Amino acid sequence: MSLTPKFLTLTAMSGGAGAGPRGPYMSFITDRNTNLLIRGGLLFSVGVFLALVLNLLQVQRNVTLFPPDVISSIFSSAWWVPPCCGTASAVIGLLYPCIDSRVGEPHRFKREWSSVMRCVAVFVGINHASAKVDFANNVQLSLTLAALSIGLWWTFDRSRRGFALGVAIALLATLTTQLLVYNEFFQYTSPDFLYIRSWLPCIFFAGVITMGNIGRQLALYEHKLLQKTHQD
Amino acid sequence: MTLREQLRAKISAAFYHHGLLCASYPVPIILFTSASILTCCYPLLKLPLPGTGPVEFTTGVRDYSVPSHEPHGDQGERPDWYRGPPVAYIQQVLVKAAVSPWDSSLVPVDVFRSPLGQVFRLLEEIRNHVYSDSSGVRSLESLCLQVTDLFPGLRRMQTVLPEHGCLLVSPGNYWQNQRELFDSDPDLFKTIQKHEPKGLHTSATLRDLLFGVPGKYSGVSHYNKKRVVTYTITVVLLSYDARFLNSLRARLKQLHPSANCSLREDHMVHVHFKEEIGIAELIPLVTTYIILFAYIYFSTRKIDMVRSKWGLALAAVVTVLSSLLMSVGLCTLFGLTPTLNGGEIFPYLVVVIGLENVLVLTKSVVSTPVDLEVKLRIAQGLSNESWSIMKNMATELCIILIGYFTLVPAIQEFCLFAVVGLVSDFFLQMFFFTTVLSIDIRRMELADLNRRLPAEASLPQPKPVPLRTREAPPPPRPSPHTITLQTPAFRNLRLPKRLRVVYFLARTRLAQRIIMAGTVIWIGILVYTDPAGIRAYLAAQVSEQSPLGDPGVSGLSPHLAVAPVFAAGDPTSALNIHPAPDPTPVPENQSQGHHSSGRALPLPPLSHSVPQITWGAEDEEGWRRLSFRHWPSLFSYYNITLAKRYISILPVIPVSVHLSPQEAIETRHPHDTRHRPPLIPKVSADLQTDLTLYKVAALGLAAGVLLVLLLFCLYRVLCPRNYGQNGAAHGRRRRGDLPCDDYGYSPPVSEISPLLLRGHSMDIECLASDGMLLASCCLAGQIRVWDAQTGDCLTVIPKHSSSGCWEQREGLDGLSREPEEEDYFPLRRRASPSRLALFTDQPDLTPLIDTNFTSQPPSHLSTPPKEGFDYGSLVERAYTEHEPPSPSSYPCASSASSSPSSAAQPQRRLSVGDGGGASSQERGSGSGSQAAADWESSVWAMELRGNLIAAGRSSGKLEVGLWDAVEGSLRCRNEDGVSGITALAFLNNRIVAARLNGSLDFFTVEINKPLALLQYRGAPGQGSMPPSPCYTSEDVISCQLTRSVQCAHQKPITVLRAAAGRVVTGSQDHTVRVYRLEDSCCLFTLQGHSGGITAIYIDQTMVLASGGQDGAICLWDVLTGSRVSHVYGHRGDVTSLVCTTSCVISSGLDDLICIWDRSTGIKLYSIQQDMGCGASLGVISESLLVTGGQGCVSFWDLNFGDLLQTVYLGQSSDSQVVRQLLVLDNAAIVCDFGSELSLVYVPSVLEKLD
Repeated sequence: MSLTPKFLTLTAMSGGAGAGPRGPYMSFITDRNTNLLIRGGLLFSVGVFLALVLNLLQVQRNVTLFPPDVISSIFSSAWWVPPCCGTASAVIGLLYPCIDSRVGEPHRFKREWSSVMRCVAVFVGINHASAKVDFANNVQLSLTLAALSIGLWWTFDRSRRGFALGVAIALLATLTTQLLVYNEFFQYTSPDFLYIRSWLPCIFFAGVITMGNIGRQLALYEHKLLQKTHQD
Repeated sequence: MTLREQLRAKISAAFYHHGLLCASYPVPIILFTSASILTCCYPLLKLPLPGTGPVEFTTGVRDYSVPSHEPHGDQGERPDWYRGPPVAYIQQVLVKAAVSPWDSSLVPVDVFRSPLGQVFRLLEEIRNHVYSDSSGVRSLESLCLQVTDLFPGLRRMQTVLPEHGCLLVSPGNYWQNQRELFDSDPDLFKTIQKHEPKGLHTSATLRDLLFGVPGKYSGVSHYNKKRVVTYTITVVLLSYDARFLNSLRARLKQLHPSANCSLREDHMVHVHFKEEIGIAELIPLVTTYIILFAYIYFSTRKIDMVRSKWGLALAAVVTVLSSLLMSVGLCTLFGLTPTLNGGEIFPYLVVVIGLENVLVLTKSVVSTPVDLEVKLRIAQGLSNESWSIMKNMATELCIILIGYFTLVPAIQEFCLFAVVGLVSDFFLQMFFFTTVLSIDIRRMELADLNRRLPAEASLPQPKPVPLRTREAPPPPRPSPHTITLQTPAFRNLRLPKRLRVVYFLARTRLAQRIIMAGTVIWIGILVYTDPAGIRAYLAAQVSEQSPLGDPGVSGLSPHLAVAPVFAAGDPTSALNIHPAPDPTPVPENQSQGHHSSGRALPLPPLSHSVPQITWGAEDEEGWRRLSFRHWPSLFSYYNITLAKRYISILPVIPVSVHLSPQEAIETRHPHDTRHRPPLIPKVSADLQTDLTLYKVAALGLAAGVLLVLLLFCLYRVLCPRNYGQNGAAHGRRRRGDLPCDDYGYSPPVSEISPLLLRGHSMDIECLASDGMLLASCCLAGQIRVWDAQTGDCLTVIPKHSSSGCWEQREGLDGLSREPEEEDYFPLRRRASPSRLALFTDQPDLTPLIDTNFTSQPPSHLSTPPKEGFDYGSLVERAYTEHEPPSPSSYPCASSASSSPSSAAQPQRRLSVGDGGGASSQERGSGSGSQAAADWESSVWAMELRGNLIAAGRSSGKLEVGLWDAVEGSLRCRNEDGVSGITALAFLNNRIVAARLNGSLDFFTVEINKPLALLQYRGAPGQGSMPPSPCYTSEDVISCQLTRSVQCAHQKPITVLRAAAGRVVTGSQDHTVRVYRLEDSCCLFTLQGHSGGITAIYIDQTMVLASGGQDGAICLWDVLTGSRVSHVYGHRGDVTSLVCTTSCVISSGLDDLICIWDRSTGIKLYSIQQDMGCGASLGVISESLLVTGGQGCVSFWDLNFGDLLQTVYLGQSSDSQVVRQLLVLDNAAIVCDFGSELSLVYVPSVLEKLD
């Protein structure tokens, strides 16, 4: 905003009484670190929430036993599972836009909240299907889930780096779970393939894509805000 | 042309025709669609309603046989679940025991101690009952349901529920079915209570399970008035053996005959349980629904630029939902009964079908050119998006097809549903939604039309209501561009729609009445559907009150009812009963029981205590009084689910036990007498009920608070105060954002092409206009005068024209242009006209004044200004009296101001006396009269009246210069001031200048006319300003300082406004002062702000509003000087203020525009502006607000806060911000746009006729 001499004079004479147009709230929001923190917190809570709910679905499938009380069945898994999921989702959600900005321009495909919501719904649906639908054998289950996950990626992401990151993180997560099982932190009721549940990587992949989608949308928000302040 | 392109063209054409069809016949198409929806949904009526309540089916006991798995041909009325054996048969033995006659020496504990003790004997009987015939020996062990472990989570119930054996529950389980434990238990009541859950459990507690009757009917309490204890022994049988059961029944009845029992024993009830949904399953379901609603919300909020956003969002949701219903209906019609849980797959179906197509359609239609016909717009919008819609649909169908080949039944079924849903959704989109959209868009255009009356239509009729009586003399003459104001009476009623709904609700108390009616209906339904409870209650009351009548009535029937059963069972039991009692170690007990009952039966009918045990109809099926979750929870303890299965409940075996007081005393525990005072347990029971009451109350309170919060949120969602604000986040269409949309439609080319006035070299600082002319001043000090109608640059007054030699522009010879003067609508020409080679050899003359003669102001002869406004007759007279008119002047021109019949003609008139020639003569004299000025200073304030420009300059010596606006000659100047002029007001013939040092100077412009030529032009349009004089170039104009108020303010005057004979100044010293214009007398000093004044508004109706640096806005009464209202609206300075008859519009440094109700001072809503455009706003009519933005101008509907249209000013919309905005009287808007000016006529959408 180019200030006219008149305005300058007036403000000078009034002792600079005119405050800037931006309040403390805006500057708080636009501060980069704070923004990062807020985004991380949001992603963490989303991850914890999804972990709790999806765990409940798995509980119904009798992957674990069914205690009578509902509240305790929500927290039936070990206490460290939801925080781990939350942390992981926060990391993934921050990693995706970061890599986007490093590699090139921000991701532009279907950047809308409605699309993100659709993605989350499909993710929950995949979990639901894996928990509720009775498959003939585990190979069928795994194949179906793999197709669904890749369909999820194709519908909502379609970026090559998203796919690569998803696969990498899914493999890493499966490996970690495998190690945990090996060290007997916990165990499955019925491992079906090399001591792991064969559909686990698919679920991890879909989860990574979903969290990445949310993270990108949040980052887009920040991007817009920063742009606006830069213009000022 | 490839095949793909051919296909695309064909699809596009088909969609185009379809769109035309839909928009042409909306009503038949909607009717057709609704009819087809209803037809497709008709099969749904056959489907059972969802619910988890159990279903019953009653069969006779006699001819009972286990139903086969295969459905028989002759099903009759058998439900389809009645196949195969049940999970279990339930045989209940209902025991009613009482101590009779009641003795005053007995303590309250005796009421239930000895009756409960009877259970062990009965259990023994039942366990040891053996029936043997030719087919073998059968005992309970062989028939009963053998259970294994309890569910692992139920360790604490291990002591009370049986494990590894027959599922046989009775109150004896509390004491592990051991009489010794019971006898040694000091406090039975405590033992029973010990296992009760702590929380609020209403259904299927352990006590209910063991007693088999609801807790309050069991009679086990310290204040049992009836002194009858009721409990059941529940035997769960795996297989049904009629003979064994009959012998058991006969045996028990023989031991404990129930004299007056009339229970029917010939029916068994099969209860089928639906699949139950626990909370644990509900949580993921709720989560998916929340996600679904978020999806719908985020989708529908993208709909904008339509008449009714909510209506369209509703239509979109209806489209999706009814397509789902249609798909389910069609699938049922073709025999595909849904086995999937509908509630679970529903959200995913919605997500698969999606709302995207609907939104794409809306956006596409909305972005078609607005001036097209509605039909064509719909058709175009449809055909634009046809390819992407078809492509998406094909993709989705492919994906679903792939899913179909997974060969998993559940997924296949889901895919089938999804396919049918997709197709029906497509059908509905094409027919239903498109039609609704066309109706909506037509309504929007009609609404725009109604908002203003068409100028042509209003002309011939005389105005029925004068708009403002005060300004009657110069009636506002509608020019072709004028927007007709709405009458205030109309305006006052037009509240925002959402507010109107809320007011309506408040007025009629609709919600309250609906809730009341709903409650009444609910209670009615409860009474109607569940009369059993009330009937049972009434029966209990009756039986209590008539102790003599009851046995009398039922006394006849027991023999009738029991006898046949006995007769049937007798032959076998008579043979086989004797093995059973043999091992019983309690012969004396049995005999005693027999004896007592036998004694009680004949003797006490005469005494008072006989009717203690009564059998009524409610005992027949006592399990009905239990919670319907009773049996599922009992079985779930052993990990047996009853979901989608059934159990068979056999008729109860009634057992009456009468105990003598002697026995009761014998079985007493020593503690019972010690704890004799019954007050303590009573108090504890009271305490417990109290606690429960408190819990219920607390829960109710919490629920109420939650409800209130929910309603509040709902209210905020429905009726947000600042809906303009969040509307701006997504409502404003930005050019930069649109290409990013992944739907790939291009933004429409701006419908209105603004006229760019180029010429300034630097940013524009001051802008002034009187409707006809427009003066602008840039930072370089250059003043340019433009024609406000055509946008032609008339004069350029450069900063460094020391010789006073004005650059003038001259087009063609005036005479040669005369034939064109009849053309009242001159072409819009860009500001740089082509110079003619004719003038190139004359350097002083070549910078042409573009004497576009049609735009030159008239200079008729007239009398000097007088008081009053009716100049028409004066002009007429002066015109005829004085000089003969030149051929170019029109007689009708002078009468234009007096007679409204000629109002259609433009007000711009050709200047008298060959303006071109006159100006060329004047050129020399004008330049000679000018003195050298201090041109170093910049112009800080500028005003334009008539054809005079007043400019206030800043530094050093200060002066007021008056220029002839057309000719650009400096007419006079005044350099009396010492301090910079910060603000100017030019009213009638007075100029008021406010200075930086706080002083206020009043100047009078005096015109000495040698020829007495002066004409007043009627001010067109709103008439808020008096007509301004037109000076001819011959006049000698002098400007004299009449009065100077030295210390008007302590600090610099920041803002100055003049209207209605008042001058209002606002200063940094936090005060507002009101002066009278005639005598410069200070009338009021208005105090109330806590910061410097930054904005003032005053108009002819004496409305005064002021805004300060504190963000406050004050409304004042100018007549009394009192403050009417005081509101805080902005963070930071208030930069601009405008009032209409009903509201106040303010803008602040926070880039927020707030709209306040003027009478109440309530904020109606606010609009978020672009950064730095806060001050640019203007009101075109009562209901049309215009705001500046980043490279665009937006039009808002003031009544509703809806964005009407956005006009982009330049092709490159980056970084240029509209900072000033001026509304001209002819419904044009001038805004600065960097170094350019932009002239925008009010959008054509407002003038469009359907």
